[in-house]
Amino acid sequence: MNYENEEFFAPGHGMCAGCGAPIIVKWILKLAGPNTIVTNATGCLEVATTAYPRTSWRVPWLHIAFENAAAAAAGVEAATKAKGEKLNIIAFGGDGGTVDIGFQALSGMVERGHNVLYVLYDNEAYMNTGIQRSGATPWGAWTTTSKVGTVNPIGKIRPKKPIAKIIAAHDAAYVATANPAIFQDFKKKVQKALDTEGAKFLHVISSCTTGWRHDPSKTVEIMRLATDTGIFPLYEIENGDFENMRITYKPKKFKPVEEYLKTQGRFRHLVKNPEYVKKIQEDVDAWWAKYGKYYRH
Amino acid sequence: MRTMIRGNESIAYAFKLARVQVVPAYPITPSTLVPEKISEFIANGEMKAEFVPVESEHSAMSAAVGASARGVRVGTATASQGLALMHEILFIASGMRLPIVIGIGNRALSAPINIWCDHQDMMAERDTGWLQFYAENNQEGLDLGIMAFKIAEDERILLPAMVGLDAFVLTHTVEPVDMPEQSDVDEFLGEFVPHYVTLDPEKPATLGSFGFPEHYMEFKFAQWVAMERAKKVIDEVFAEFEKKFGRKYQKVTPEFTEDADIIFVTIGSMSGTTREFIKKMRAQGKKVGMVKITTFRPFPKEELKEALKNAKVVAVTERNISFGFGGAVYGELGATFANMANKPKIIDFIVGLGGRDITFKTLESVLSEAEKALNGEDVSEVNWIDVNKEAVYKSEGLQ
Ligand SMILES: Cc1ncc(C[n+]2csc(CCOP(=O)(O)OP(=O)(O)O)c2C)c(N)n1
Ligand code: SF4
Ligand SMILES: [Mg+2]
Repeated sequence: MNYENEEFFAPGHGMCAGCGAPIIVKWILKLAGPNTIVTNATGCLEVATTAYPRTSWRVPWLHIAFENAAAAAAGVEAATKAKGEKLNIIAFGGDGGTVDIGFQALSGMVERGHNVLYVLYDNEAYMNTGIQRSGATPWGAWTTTSKVGTVNPIGKIRPKKPIAKIIAAHDAAYVATANPAIFQDFKKKVQKALDTEGAKFLHVISSCTTGWRHDPSKTVEIMRLATDTGIFPLYEIENGDFENMRITYKPKKFKPVEEYLKTQGRFRHLVKNPEYVKKIQEDVDAWWAKYGKYYRH
Repeated sequence: MRTMIRGNESIAYAFKLARVQVVPAYPITPSTLVPEKISEFIANGEMKAEFVPVESEHSAMSAAVGASARGVRVGTATASQGLALMHEILFIASGMRLPIVIGIGNRALSAPINIWCDHQDMMAERDTGWLQFYAENNQEGLDLGIMAFKIAEDERILLPAMVGLDAFVLTHTVEPVDMPEQSDVDEFLGEFVPHYVTLDPEKPATLGSFGFPEHYMEFKFAQWVAMERAKKVIDEVFAEFEKKFGRKYQKVTPEFTEDADIIFVTIGSMSGTTREFIKKMRAQGKKVGMVKITTFRPFPKEELKEALKNAKVVAVTERNISFGFGGAVYGELGATFANMANKPKIIDFIVGLGGRDITFKTLESVLSEAEKALNGEDVSEVNWIDVNKEAVYKSEGLQ
C-alpha cells in the first residue's frame, strides 16, 4: 500500500518554521504507513508536537523520557511479539538523546537485535534546552556551552562523534546516513530500513534555524549544501560489513566547505579565519580520500 | 501443593502463575535469581513470555513502560542500586498509570557498597506513586506477587506495584510454601485486560505528552485519588484471596495488642523475630505487642490508628534512615497521629541497616528504651540500636 498522499504527522505543530525535523518525520511516516508505533525521546520534536490535549501524531506514539527511546521501543517490540503481531516500530531521537544520554540504551537495543528502526534527527546540539553542545556538534560550532571568545576562538574543540559508524560496528542489520534534501536517496533508505528485519539506524541531518542561525527559508538549501560540500556524506552499511559500505550519493562537483559554513551564524567566527576554513576543508578532503572508493552507482 | 522455594523464586513463580507476557530485567544481587528463573521457565516451555535482557535497570523500566503501554502484563525484578537507577522512570510508570509489578530484593544502598538487607531502596521510592507491599516470608512474597497484579490492574486503580522481600533473609532462604494451582490463579486474576489506553494502530493515541500547568495538577490529583481508592481495593483483593486460597492478608496485622502498653511496629522479615521475642516477653508478664505493616503505599493510616490506639508507647523498628530526620515509618506514623487528641508516644529505632542482624538482643535494647518512655523518662526521638557510637563520635572528632 502506498500512503504518500496521507498525512500521519499533522500540520499545526509547534516546531519552528524552517525546522528540518518535521520534514523527516512526515516522510518517514508516509513511507511506514498506519501500521506503525512511534517512540520519541524528549527534545524539540516531542515537546513541540504533543502539548496535551492536542497531538500531531496520527499513529500510536509514546514518550517516556530523554535517554530511553530505544529501550521504550524494545519494550513495545517485545510486547508486540508477545501479542503475535507485526508492525513498524520507529524510535525518533535528537542527537543529545541519541549519541549522548541515550547512547547506552541505543547500543543495548541494537546489540539485542530488536526489530526497530531508530531515527536520529541530528540538529547537532541540544536545541530544546537552548542550543548546548552535544557529542554530535561539529568542530568549530558555536553553542551556548561551546562559546567563542578570546581564550577559545574556535567554539566546540572536539570533532563530531561518528555515530553511524559506531552503530554499524554493532553489526546492526542496516545503518545509513541520509539527508531529506537529497530526497530520492533519503526515501530509498527509509524504505530499505523499513523492509529490513532487525535493528536499523538512520542518521538524518536536520537543520535547526534557531541553533544554526539561518533564515528559515534556507533549510533545504543548507541541508543540501551539507552533502554537496562533502561535510555530511551519505552512505549505508549492512550487518556491520564495512568492507562493502556504500556511498550512495556524490555531487557531480564538490562545493567548497565555506559555502556551507557561511550560511550559518554558528560558524560566523570560523569563516572570518581562513585557517579554520582550511582545517575543515582538509578534514573533509581526508574523509573522501579515505572512503571515496566506496561510492558505487 | 507444598513446595520448597527461595524468596526470589516466589516472585518468579508469581510471574509465571500470573502469565506475565513481557519481562525486561537486569541482574543485581540479591534479586538476580528472578530473571534467571524466568529465563529457565521460558527455555523449558513452562512459561510463554518475552524476556528482554536489557543493558541496565533504567532500560528495564523503560522497556517495561513500553511493553505495558502496548497492552500486555509486565513484571520485572531488581534491588538497591538497580531500583535507584530506575527512579526517574518509576515516576513515569505511575504517572502513565501502567500496572507494572516489580519484585524487589530489599537491599542497602551504597556507599559503602553492601549487598545485604535493609529497606532503604524501597523507602527511597515511596514518593514515586507505586503501591508498596513488604513480605514477611516467601509465602507472602508469592501471594503478594500474585495479588499485586490484581490490585494494580483494577480498573479503579491502575497503579504500578512493588513487592519487597528482604535480601538474603528471604531472597536466598529456602522455605516451604503452598504453591497455588495455575487454574486457581487463572480464575483469581482473570485474563489480562488493559483498562487503559494502549498503543494500538487501530486506535492511534498519544501517550506521554507534554502537560502544561493548566493540566498537570489534575493528572497528579488523579494519582492521589487512585491511591486513596486502592485502600479499599486492597482489602477486597485480600478478602477474595483468602476465600480462594485460605490465607489471610491485612494491610496491617496487629498481634498481642489488646492490652499492650508497648507496641512494636515492624516491616518484613524482622516481624518473625519480633513475634518470638514478644511471646517470650509475654511469658515474663510484660504487656507488649506488635503491628506488622504489609502495605506501605497507600499508607494504612486508619488501620494503624485503630491498632495502636490503646498503646502508651509505640516502638517503630525500621531498616531505613532519612538523614536529618529519622526513619520513614516514624515520620509517617507521627504524622498519622499528629491531629489525634489521644496519641501514644512514638519512638524511632533504626535497626538492621546493611544486613546487621536483628536479634533478641536488638529488641531488648529497643524494649528497654521504650520502657523508659513508658515510665515517663526522657528518651531520644530517634535511636540507633546496635551501633558502635563511640567509634563514630571519635572519627567525627566529637570525643
Ligand atoms: C535526564 C534528563 N536530563 C536533561 C533533560 C533536559 N533536556 C530536555 S531535551 C534536552 C536536549 C535535547 O537535545 P536533542 O536530543 O539533541 O534534541 P533537540 O531538542 O535538539 O531536538 C535536554 C538536555 C531531560 N529532559 N532529562
Ligand atoms: S529550535 Fe531548532 S530543532 Fe527546535 S523546533 Fe526550532 S528549528 Fe526545530
Ligand atoms: Mg539536537
